[in-house]
Amino acid sequence: MIHILHRFFFPFLQTHSLQDLRQQAPVAAKVFVQRDYTSGTICQFQTKFPAALETRIDKQQFEDTIRKLNSLYAEAEKLGGRSYLEGCLACLTAYTIFLCMETHYEKVLKKIANYIQDQNDKIYAPRGLLLIDPIERGLRVVEITVFEDRSTGPGR
Amino acid sequence: MKNCEYRQIDPQVLSTPTPPPTQCAEKTPKQVRRKWEVFPGKNRFFCDGRIMIARQSGVLPLTLLLILFTSSLFFIFDCPFLVKHVTSCIPVIGGVLFTFVVISLLQTSFSDPGILPRATPDEAADIEKQIDSSSSSSYRPPPRVREVLINQQVVKLKYCFTCKMFRPPRTSHCSLCDNCVERFDHHCPWVGNCVGRRNYRFFYTFIVSLSFLTAFVLGCVTTHLALRSQGGKGVISALQESPASALELVVCFFSVWSILGLSGFHTYLVASNLTTNEDIKGSWSGNSGLQSAGNPYSYNSIFTNCCAVLCGPLPPSLIDRRGLLPAEDSPAAAPAPPEIELLGFGAKTDINMEDSCQDFAVSCTG
Repeated sequence: MIHILHRFFFPFLQTHSLQDLRQQAPVAAKVFVQRDYTSGTICQFQTKFPAALETRIDKQQFEDTIRKLNSLYAEAEKLGGRSYLEGCLACLTAYTIFLCMETHYEKVLKKIANYIQDQNDKIYAPRGLLLIDPIERGLRVVEITVFEDRSTGPGR
Repeated sequence: MKNCEYRQIDPQVLSTPTPPPTQCAEKTPKQVRRKWEVFPGKNRFFCDGRIMIARQSGVLPLTLLLILFTSSLFFIFDCPFLVKHVTSCIPVIGGVLFTFVVISLLQTSFSDPGILPRATPDEAADIEKQIDSSSSSSYRPPPRVREVLINQQVVKLKYCFTCKMFRPPRTSHCSLCDNCVERFDHHCPWVGNCVGRRNYRFFYTFIVSLSFLTAFVLGCVTTHLALRSQGGKGVISALQESPASALELVVCFFSVWSILGLSGFHTYLVASNLTTNEDIKGSWSGNSGLQSAGNPYSYNSIFTNCCAVLCGPLPPSLIDRRGLLPAEDSPAAAPAPPEIELLGFGAKTDINMEDSCQDFAVSCTG
């Protein structure tokens, strides 16, 4: 309710909500964080800070987000007792359990989606940025949409 | 009584059938569309995107037919005799092997092998910008190759012109399916699909269980014929008594060698964490004497390699074929309505002409 009142009385928000960003603000640019293949084929993203984000977000915060994402993907693809157990059980049932059971990888992907949503709400949306979940881009890139900054002063 | 005057059919009558096509055009934008309907690769989808297969399905029907035919002959003609004279475990073992073969074959054929979705236009533009900016002022266009150091080995990543992205390591573009497939092994015509990261374990289970099944059936049929030809009857009379066994013998004898050979080859590939593609191209041999030292993806332990390839976590499908398209994409359904319109127009023309002719006939007789 307060949110709606805010939108009515203050058309130029200094703090943007995720909903507003997606619906109203025009896109200024799109930044793509590419994959980092130095560890092999596992899903890792480069932590190099893109030049286009220099004015918008702190370098350390960006690196923390990417590092956390990398660790979550590493957890999804980790070879350990749990994944071997899942694999052996699947093999014995002729892989039919994949039809009814959610795999460990899928569970971690849900965790990643929640983390990205959380990061967007707390850190990126207030700065006019939006992280796109890499799974929506085929795990090729982390896409960051940079919205035009309508705020009159520095963002809170 | 009216005069039978010649009445010319009004051509404008024929041009009226606009209402039904517009009804069709109004209906389609509201229809929910899924991503598989606009998938750019050469694949076919069934069950609303749940099942996918390469458009060139090769000899998959033949594979299924051979397996089902030979197995049914075995169960119908050989099992009763063997249950009576040897043991009743034989149809049980045969049944288990047969189930494994069919299920793993269907999973190999109908699942996503690890297709990488094509880059969005924004991504492609960004990559082009990066390539252009990194090129020096030379007349030749810069080679679209990136070099990456993986495990102290230089790996070249090529740019895929169809998918508009730099291919990840071990990814290859299948020309038959027109898709980039992760950890591309080969396109198997027997299975009618590419074999890649997501369905390699199904493929391996299929060929191993098929080699066991073929060897088992061969052994059982040989035992059957041997038992029948005992007591001075001879092999010829045994074959005459059970002609189905002769057919099974021929099929199994000629296929067991190639299937066993293929299983052995893929066991070697699994143990050294290689793909057929890499082995054929000789990507990692030639650098050093030992192939395992050259392969940057190998864990340098046969056991770990096997576990990683066969029992590792199964990544989900990246193409999201059952995902819903955003509403803005529904006008892209335009190619379908014009076809319906054309058909409707043609049919309507005929109906109008028929009506006009009928009117003419009525007016003549009337």
